[in-house]
Amino acid sequence: MNRLEILRFALRGLLANKMRSALTTLGILIGVAAVILLVAVGEGSSQSIQKNIQRLGANTLTISPSFTGGGGRGGPAGGGQNTGPRTQARQLTLADAEALADRAAAPSVASVSPVVTAGSATATYEAASHDIGQLVGTYPSYFEAMNKQVARGTYFFNDDVLAARKVMVLGTTVAEELFGDLDPIGRQVGVSGVPFTVVGVLKESGSTGMQDADDVALAPLPAVQQSLTGFGPLGSIVVRATGASATASAQAEVTAILNQRHGVTGGAAADYRILNQATLQETVSAATGTFTVLLGAVAAISLLVGGIGITNIMLVTVTERTREIGIRKAIGAPRGAILGQFLMEATLLSLVGGLSGVLVAFAGTRFTIAGIEPVLVPSSVALALGVSVGIGLFFGGYPANRAAKLRPIQALRHE
Amino acid sequence: MTAPVLRVRGLVKEYGEGDARVRALRGVDLDVDKGDYVAVMGASGSGKSTLMNILGCLDVPTSGSYQIDGADVGLLDEHRLALLRNRRVGFVFQSFNLIPRMSALANVELPLVYGGVGQAERRSRALAALEQVGLSDRLHHEPNQLSGGQQQRVAVARALVTAPALLLADEPTGNLDTASTRDVLDILDRLSASGRTIVVITHEDDVAAHAKRVIRLVDGAIVEDRRRAPVDGPPPRLAEAAR
Repeated sequence: MNRLEILRFALRGLLANKMRSALTTLGILIGVAAVILLVAVGEGSSQSIQKNIQRLGANTLTISPSFTGGGGRGGPAGGGQNTGPRTQARQLTLADAEALADRAAAPSVASVSPVVTAGSATATYEAASHDIGQLVGTYPSYFEAMNKQVARGTYFFNDDVLAARKVMVLGTTVAEELFGDLDPIGRQVGVSGVPFTVVGVLKESGSTGMQDADDVALAPLPAVQQSLTGFGPLGSIVVRATGASATASAQAEVTAILNQRHGVTGGAAADYRILNQATLQETVSAATGTFTVLLGAVAAISLLVGGIGITNIMLVTVTERTREIGIRKAIGAPRGAILGQFLMEATLLSLVGGLSGVLVAFAGTRFTIAGIEPVLVPSSVALALGVSVGIGLFFGGYPANRAAKLRPIQALRHE
Repeated sequence: MTAPVLRVRGLVKEYGEGDARVRALRGVDLDVDKGDYVAVMGASGSGKSTLMNILGCLDVPTSGSYQIDGADVGLLDEHRLALLRNRRVGFVFQSFNLIPRMSALANVELPLVYGGVGQAERRSRALAALEQVGLSDRLHHEPNQLSGGQQQRVAVARALVTAPALLLADEPTGNLDTASTRDVLDILDRLSASGRTIVVITHEDDVAAHAKRVIRLVDGAIVEDRRRAPVDGPPPRLAEAAR
């Protein structure tokens, strides 16, 4: 009685009941494919979120004013009463931005872009009008720092900033809302009554969560200040570090300069806040990791259900064939041969089901699922296959062993 | 005289516990010599099937000793017992007990597969055994495509194919019509004439008339042991036919 014979017996046993074998295989297939696919979707979405964050600029620091340190002040003109140790919290100014651009004091800083944001600016073109989600007045370096690329037309340049030219680069959403199929380049858009000339349209960056990243318009800082926001404090300052490894030192340099300029000393809380994209990325990847685990748990349940399917079928098969086991024993089959046959049947079922599940999952990950490109995680393949084969072996082997241990006459009398 | 093929001493088999205890066999002593053809008769409930199952190593006795070819069955472990069933005993059941969805040839080959016989030899021995029972033209039919008589002949071929020391048949004709019964009994007669040791269980006198020795079992004990023909001679029916 060699392995080949056992394999032949097992195959014959499986083929004797094709429908049941096929359905069992299908159950395992679905379980395995679900685990691999769902984990791949989780991984894919977490990677795409990370990519989106990276698209915002991995090496950038965003400095925005913070009033928690000073407390109790709100007016845009600056200078109010404080209850803390400091008497005054200061807004971010253009002078702050210029100080940060000082190469000697801040060697890790590659570029500084002061930013003002006009809330609720309505753009009009002929009869069309659109509320721009975010109208940003800034310097050209902002494009690079925030990873904004122009798809059509050009960026605006330093000359435009110096001359405060009313030019504008639109996000795709704004361009579509105002111009539809028309080419917006060179046309005039009215923003709160002030005409701006469109010089470029940004590449579509896709929406991230609730916010439409393409519902933006960018214009030179002085042009926006002149016509919309006035020459008040800055909304924020975007600082790009010289490299990914330099963000920490850039943050330290920026902190030192601003502390000095704003008179923040010792234990006093700063009147500004620095948002580091790298830290943000860590936080978000921790969150998406949880998400992947959640998907994996859902998939594991479907694998478990598939496993219970195998268990059930194996129990039924063995019970139903107890008489056959009795006959085989009566004509001298050793226990090992009988056990081997049933174990082989279980292994074949779960292996064939598992492997085709892997194939289905491989095919499935080539498609985009719900806007997410799945990324195959090798360990999930190994886990799903291992669990399905393990369940098959255990729950196929256990009842078969019990039946093989029966005295032949007991097995023969079994109905 | 060589040692008997079968030697049974004080065989007792009890089923159940306490008040519900049933003694199916109450101390059976039996020797069967090589070449004998024994019919064990008895009404239903007389313990004849129980005796047969124990002789075929399918069941274990409550007490008593049992030797096949000089080997004490009670001392054998699971693996040796399987070997014994495979090599020394051929069993024919009343309900045929062929494995469904396997061809006649595969069914007959099966004991040889478990006995570890190579493929070519297996095939030729199975073909020879099927030839012996006159089924050479039904090799690739599955059990459900064969008549009862044909199925039983396949079962006889399966029992013979390992050339066992002992052929046990438990009511082999119980489920067969008269024509098939005659076929199967003719085969058993021929096997006996060729020197095979056979033990048949039956409640039909017709069947018992073929045997060289008839044992009558009542309530789990032997009440009659009658020899109808010498051990070395041909079975009575063949002897009559030759006369």
